Amino acid sequence: MPAILKSVDRPVLIAFCFIIVMLLAGSLYSSNFLSPEYLLQQLKIASFLGIIASGAMLVILLGHIDLSIPWVVTVGGMMSTAAGGWWGPTGEAMAMPFGMACGLVFGLVNGLGIAYLRIPSMIFTLGINAVAQGLMVLHTGGFAPQDHATAFMHWVAVESTVFGIPNAAFVWLIVGAAIVFMLRRTPLGRYIYAFGNRESATYLSGVNTRAVLIGCFALSGMLSALAGVLLAGYSNKSFQAMGDPYLLPAIAAVVLGGTNILGGRGTYLGTVAGVILIVLLQSILAVMQMQEAFRQMIYGVVIVAMLLVYGRGAKVHG
Amino acid sequence: MADGSMPLWRMTGVSKRYGGVTALDNVDFSCAAARIHAVLGENGAGKSTLIKIIAGVVQPDSGTMELDGRPVTFRSPAEATRAGIVCIFQELSLMPDLTVADNISITRPPGRWGFINPLAQRRRAEELLARLGCEDVHPTELVKNLPLSRRQMIEIAKALGRNPKILILDEATSALTAADVQKVYAVLRKLRDDGLAILYISHRMQEIAELADDCSVFRNGRHIQTFAKGTKNDDEIVELMIGREYKHVYPAKPARAAATEPMVRIENLSWGDRLQDISLAIGRGEIVGLGGLDGQGQRELLLALFGVLRGITGRVTIDGRTQRIGSPRQAKSPAIGMALIPEDRKTEGLMLPMSVRDNASMAAIAALTRGVIVDRKAEAARIDEMIQKLAIKVGDLANPVATLSGGNQQKVVIAKWLMTNARVVLLNDPTRGIDVGTKQEIYQLLRNLADAGTTILFYTTDYDELVGCCDRVAILYDGRILRELKGADITERNIVASALNLPLEARDSRAAAPA
Amino acid sequence: MTELRLWLARSYGLLLSIVVFIVMFALYFGNFSTDDPAAVILSAANTGVLLALVAMAQTVPVLTAGLDLSVGMIFIMTNCIASALVVGTPLQVAAGTVAVILSGCAAGFVNGAIVVWGRLQPIIATLATSAIYIGIALLIRPVPGGDVDGDLADFLTGQVFEVVPVGLIFLVAVVLFIWVPFRMSVLGRGCYAAGSAEGAAYMSGVDIARSKFAAYVLSGLFAGLAGLMQTFNTYTGEASAPSGGLYTLNSIAAVVIGGTSLFGGSGGAVGSIFGAFILRTIVSLLFVFDMPPLWQPLFQGVVLLLAVSLGAARVLRIRNRLELFS
Repeated sequence: MPAILKSVDRPVLIAFCFIIVMLLAGSLYSSNFLSPEYLLQQLKIASFLGIIASGAMLVILLGHIDLSIPWVVTVGGMMSTAAGGWWGPTGEAMAMPFGMACGLVFGLVNGLGIAYLRIPSMIFTLGINAVAQGLMVLHTGGFAPQDHATAFMHWVAVESTVFGIPNAAFVWLIVGAAIVFMLRRTPLGRYIYAFGNRESATYLSGVNTRAVLIGCFALSGMLSALAGVLLAGYSNKSFQAMGDPYLLPAIAAVVLGGTNILGGRGTYLGTVAGVILIVLLQSILAVMQMQEAFRQMIYGVVIVAMLLVYGRGAKVHG
Repeated sequence: MADGSMPLWRMTGVSKRYGGVTALDNVDFSCAAARIHAVLGENGAGKSTLIKIIAGVVQPDSGTMELDGRPVTFRSPAEATRAGIVCIFQELSLMPDLTVADNISITRPPGRWGFINPLAQRRRAEELLARLGCEDVHPTELVKNLPLSRRQMIEIAKALGRNPKILILDEATSALTAADVQKVYAVLRKLRDDGLAILYISHRMQEIAELADDCSVFRNGRHIQTFAKGTKNDDEIVELMIGREYKHVYPAKPARAAATEPMVRIENLSWGDRLQDISLAIGRGEIVGLGGLDGQGQRELLLALFGVLRGITGRVTIDGRTQRIGSPRQAKSPAIGMALIPEDRKTEGLMLPMSVRDNASMAAIAALTRGVIVDRKAEAARIDEMIQKLAIKVGDLANPVATLSGGNQQKVVIAKWLMTNARVVLLNDPTRGIDVGTKQEIYQLLRNLADAGTTILFYTTDYDELVGCCDRVAILYDGRILRELKGADITERNIVASALNLPLEARDSRAAAPA
Repeated sequence: MTELRLWLARSYGLLLSIVVFIVMFALYFGNFSTDDPAAVILSAANTGVLLALVAMAQTVPVLTAGLDLSVGMIFIMTNCIASALVVGTPLQVAAGTVAVILSGCAAGFVNGAIVVWGRLQPIIATLATSAIYIGIALLIRPVPGGDVDGDLADFLTGQVFEVVPVGLIFLVAVVLFIWVPFRMSVLGRGCYAAGSAEGAAYMSGVDIARSKFAAYVLSGLFAGLAGLMQTFNTYTGEASAPSGGLYTLNSIAAVVIGGTSLFGGSGGAVGSIFGAFILRTIVSLLFVFDMPPLWQPLFQGVVLLLAVSLGAARVLRIRNRLELFS
């Protein structure tokens, strides 16, 4: 038992402790907080955030950040719902992959701009976010005759098939498994951690650091769009700014899970813990009927607090 | 001291260690007011640590320091400056985007209540620059638009503006034109006559001869001797600088076979103004050393070969094929097979928080991959092989590489590259800051690699290593190859003389033309 | 003459932005058919002043080689606070105004504390604090509403001498009485020094911590003034996160267009003011040249992307690739 505990990061352990605390606190407020139906519902919601946080985590591991998440999520949602309208039944069948492909394109653009032009990621992705918004405004202004989610999308996002576990959770599981596999068993995983730790040494070791960067941003874009597809499936339609509420919680989840904001350190297990923690926090606030205002403030305070504890820069002088 | 009066500055028993390396060993040193005091020594002799301690940038581990008879300690450069000790370092402390006047009066500018009086500041800058004969520098010019020589003058003006009692110059004239150098000398002499103590670090014998009243030689972190101007000639001074207590035992060098087609041929390589028309040929199994003072282009040459620099002109031929190497990834590729052991292992060679295993396999991991999955067994086997071969002292391979000693860290960097089966190995000062025992092992390793056919190009600041390890030595000066030494000509005296741009002794003056 | 030549070389970015602005505004004005040119200028001025103030707020942290992603949210927050406090008796109005400005400074203080003492990266720290500020805004104004003193609002958004918008005079006053003194102070110069070469500045004995701190407080002050002006323009407080985000992005673009380097050490608030006006004029030009409204957000997004990218691309100047990693 102690060996297993030792192999887990301290922040992750703390995160799991807090999850337990949250569950207990929630149950005090509401009697059915710990009921299976409610928990599974939380799991479903956590899946959407979890998929976004997975992409965000990869980019943060590199020491970068993807601020285009809000509108790439929306792109995913809108493009997938539009596919059916544009291309009929083939479109409907391809809705999900098409939505994801659009997100991938945005991710590639992010990666290229940052890798080749060496524009700081926070600035470039912020700009791309605005461009994505512009494109979506253009799109909804007149083009899409249909903004309904396909039946498949709805089924994945809302239904539960196996043992009552939400399908969305399985999507998250697949994404998570793929990411864990990549990080732990492939060279790319090693390169990602190395890059985040020390890009210069990684470059000088003969690694194609540009490709690593572009790849991670592309994945982040694709995963954000996938989440958008699922969200559209969940509400049966896509709508403007559907991705806006997810940026800060995604970053908070990654950071809470022990991933260092400067890059190079972090485990997927931690991100999972962070996502669950955030979702539970959200639901407790909802149960306590706390307004949006407090939710925002708490995100901000939580991120700052976690960063102060784990993500401080070195003392440069003296 | 030469005239027996009370020294302005006195250090007694000062020592400083960095990890396992002793930078200063029980040094007693003093300098007097109204004298220009030169400090001489090879790279690594302790000169820069000495002045960093005097200027308050680092604190000594032991010993005492007295200024004007009173004991002092400095916890920051600002404290030393307040006490009247001003240092001009090699890395300039100017802000490029600010004006000359702003830079000169960056702290305690003229003005009241926290505001700056720009006119008074300008006047102050003009006065100080005039003292240096630099009236052509306009106070409102941005520093970044000025050439390096002017910037150094501004740095000196800034230091003067702080009214120092002791002025320290660390290679402060290295980028100045000859005319500027004379101006600076004039100013320094005047300051000396006004009562300042001036500490002057330089490698240029001509400067020392012209300027210094007193001269101190450092070697291996020890203060060897201080003597007055004119009491020793160049030869005797070089002798003092190069004497050694500990003699490394170097592996034997094999007799060179008849010249075959070189493995690496560099022709007319240039890069900006840092590398000028470099031509060099290195044979298979040969160890060629790069010598010379710091910053003459050695580092840039290695980076250029490894694909890190942009805008290179000239030709590089590897194994008979001309190559345009545009990135380390390309350099590492089997077609070229190059490796670079970089200068700073902490920021360029290793990812310190990552495990020893991850660091060691970073360069060769692609070859150890089956499909997409890393073959962990093969990886472990190769790493074990390296650990045996290099005798790396490591506990758990999963420990962060930061927990290893400096010497073992460097061995991990070397192991990383040996795992790629490189044919050409470039090394950028590989034994800096490493303990004696590991250095020994690295020398043997290099010779073994060379005997097995690896081509080695090797830059080191330690002249003794150049003598002991290299089959040939190319001395760089100002971005050019000044001289190549071969065989019996590779002596420390010849290397030091070449580095200082002095002619070789008569009997050794067969300066081989670069190939 | 050398003086002039040197000044021109130094202020190249600023002068360029002024010229571009004049050209664009002339284009706009020339093509806008109206019988009331003064009203056109007034309306342009009032919207421009808002962004100009937020751009000034962004400028100061950028000078220290940082970035403040919370300026837009401080703007929103102070707008909401003003809609609650700047009403009532003249005394209440005065007190309310002071309170709004102080709240902006307080937000800047928090940012500065986290960045300087907490040693957190400015981008991520201000991203997080922006959530706190919009939260506070939502607390005060869950739905848009509130009010503001009518007389003061009318005055500040009106004109004097028939043509000159008071807002512009206010802007000029802010520059003269706040920015210029700061620029000429040791604190202000320390910001430039820290942004230009932080290590060298430290070695030279500059108090970098104090200057950086001042930079963030000043940033909060400017954003607070912007929020105040917004309230005078709209008579309400609205806690709109998208609006705040848009102002933040626009402020970064304005800073770049105005000639301030995103790497720190050079530029200034005056350039950012012109950068802001250029951005606003672009929007007006889109309207004048009948760009379909659906295309406008995309066009704006592309302009913003280009502006921030051009300001931040480093690849063009680097010859030693290793330097790209520092």
